[in-house]
Amino acid sequence: MRTVYLDNNATTQPDPAVVEAMLPFLREQWGNPSSMHTFGGGVRRHVEQAREQTAALLGADPAEIVFTSGGTESDNAAIRGAVEAMSPRPQVITSRVEHPAVLEPCRWLRDQGYLLTETGVDHLGRLKLDDLREALEAGPAVVSLMWANNETGVLFPIETVAGLVKAAGGIFHTDAVQAVGKVPIDVKHTPVDLLSLSGHKLHAPKGVGALFLRRGTRMKPLLMGGHQEHNRRSGTENVPGIVALGKACELARLGMEADNRRMAALRDRLQAGLLSTCPDSRVNGDRTARMPNTTNISFEYIEGESILYHLSDLGVAASSGSACSSGSLEPSHVLRAMGIPFTAVHGSIRFSLSRFTTEADVTYVLDQLPPIVRKLRAMSPFVKK
Amino acid sequence: MWEYTDKVLDHFRNPRNVGTIEHPDGVGEVGSLACGDALKLTFKLGPDGRIVDAKFQTFGCASAIASSSALTEMVKGMTLEQAAKVTNQDIAEYLGGLPEQKMHCSVMGREALEAAIDNHRTGGTSKRILAGKLLCTCFGVTEEEVRRVVAENHLSTVEEVTNYTKAGGGCGKCKDDIARVIREIRQTEAAAAPDIRPAVRLTMLQKIKMIQETIDKDIRPRLKKDGGDIELLDVDGNTVYVALRGMCANCQMSRVTLRDVVEQPLREFVSPDLVVREGQP
Repeated sequence: MRTVYLDNNATTQPDPAVVEAMLPFLREQWGNPSSMHTFGGGVRRHVEQAREQTAALLGADPAEIVFTSGGTESDNAAIRGAVEAMSPRPQVITSRVEHPAVLEPCRWLRDQGYLLTETGVDHLGRLKLDDLREALEAGPAVVSLMWANNETGVLFPIETVAGLVKAAGGIFHTDAVQAVGKVPIDVKHTPVDLLSLSGHKLHAPKGVGALFLRRGTRMKPLLMGGHQEHNRRSGTENVPGIVALGKACELARLGMEADNRRMAALRDRLQAGLLSTCPDSRVNGDRTARMPNTTNISFEYIEGESILYHLSDLGVAASSGSACSSGSLEPSHVLRAMGIPFTAVHGSIRFSLSRFTTEADVTYVLDQLPPIVRKLRAMSPFVKK
Repeated sequence: MWEYTDKVLDHFRNPRNVGTIEHPDGVGEVGSLACGDALKLTFKLGPDGRIVDAKFQTFGCASAIASSSALTEMVKGMTLEQAAKVTNQDIAEYLGGLPEQKMHCSVMGREALEAAIDNHRTGGTSKRILAGKLLCTCFGVTEEEVRRVVAENHLSTVEEVTNYTKAGGGCGKCKDDIARVIREIRQTEAAAAPDIRPAVRLTMLQKIKMIQETIDKDIRPRLKKDGGDIELLDVDGNTVYVALRGMCANCQMSRVTLRDVVEQPLREFVSPDLVVREGQP
């Protein structure tokens, strides 16, 4: 059976070139880069090369890159580390549509007595800038707002946001886990202080990520007990992962423009095709400021998990914001924050493409999905005859 | 992905009895779009009072569709009295089990069946009425419903109650109330549990007296409700000989009645060793 993988915002296929690049560090060069012998120490320069490759994708200085275990660690380290390093005690500002890796540490800080503001979004998932401006008036802040939303692909105006936060004397962190590799980022021109990225969202393996930490930004490290990463992240380096991340960043930097153009065209074809063949369907989120690979579509009167299981039977992988597919009983907090009606939230499906997605993949989904929607609607008590 | 059994996946992929019956004898509608699942059940009775056809329409996940499909298959051929006894565990068992977090799908099936039977008994006038006070406002679950599910499924944690009824799965404000309900039911059950009586050897006379007392106080009133009666004929050691009278005498279900309505209370109140037989020794 063919596999059509349209769940790239969950994880991506490691690029074969990335796998090739990391294998020597599992097979032969498995030494510890901190060792005082050539066998281990020789590995060091490969870690530093990866740091340069990662920095180049962001327009950062290599010294501003800290390798971590992934997006969740980067987010936790950035938010807790920046808050604890700041005095006097700052307030914390985030949005209601962040990934749990940001929301949960922020709410934990609230429970520790910090003032927390969660700003809202409008019906298209766009940040309410006035909410942010108002919150910033309450005093020095650590602000964490995502670059691109994982569920809708909607982009926040990070340059504007970073400008506002810096003008108010705050520290700005952005969770760019979805954006890196799919959106041009240049920290030389965007005044972010901290930025999180994850390897497995851009065709590197799971278990590796990075934190951009602007020179001069204070951060209390989350992990202690070693000297690695200049005391900013202790623990023996995940050398194969770091080398893979470096390679993946290089591939993303070189191919981004062409890949984005192709992905956006395929995504638009998929979206337009589904909207025209499935009545009572709608796109969730702002179509003008959106990642090139994502579309989130709601099919009214039916439930997301059933759609996903039928798609899976046909080899198609996607995801849903419905309650049943999340493992909790609450449907997507992102779509709910946008004020999308429950009816649409339960039937929402996220399609996220990658540079490996083909025309044939899109054609296959356009052929297979409409009959599934019809079948499920035929048994829905909410379809008006 | 969920760990669904093959039977769940089969009923999801090939749902039986999808649709609505025209001029049904009973209609049950439960759930809502907001809750994330909803089920409309219709059934038709045959001349013998048995369910000859049942159809469903479901909005929900794979296990909600499978539970609905299974329910329609199970109830066909049942009398309404039999159908009324179908529990959510029966539905889950029919499917070879459901993931814990999906047990509420089987509860939804039982609720729809109940609503449809009520609807029939009230001549098509009754829609499902939420009885009692709402415990979980997010998912519209009443305290009575939580009580029932806790008792029937022997639940002991708030998380289990959420898996079975969805109550507590939204804002979480009712979690304390759910914990209170569980505590109350546990206490009642503990009070009702047979006390650990010292194994006293009953004399034959004491035993016969206690059997007669149990029949008079517990068994006969229950049988009389269905137009039946019972007579104690003899006791030989641990074997109790009885005769069923009235409606019970020719009842097809008399063996079940003998076991559930006669033997069970005698074992509980007199001695666990008793065996009940119909007729003369």
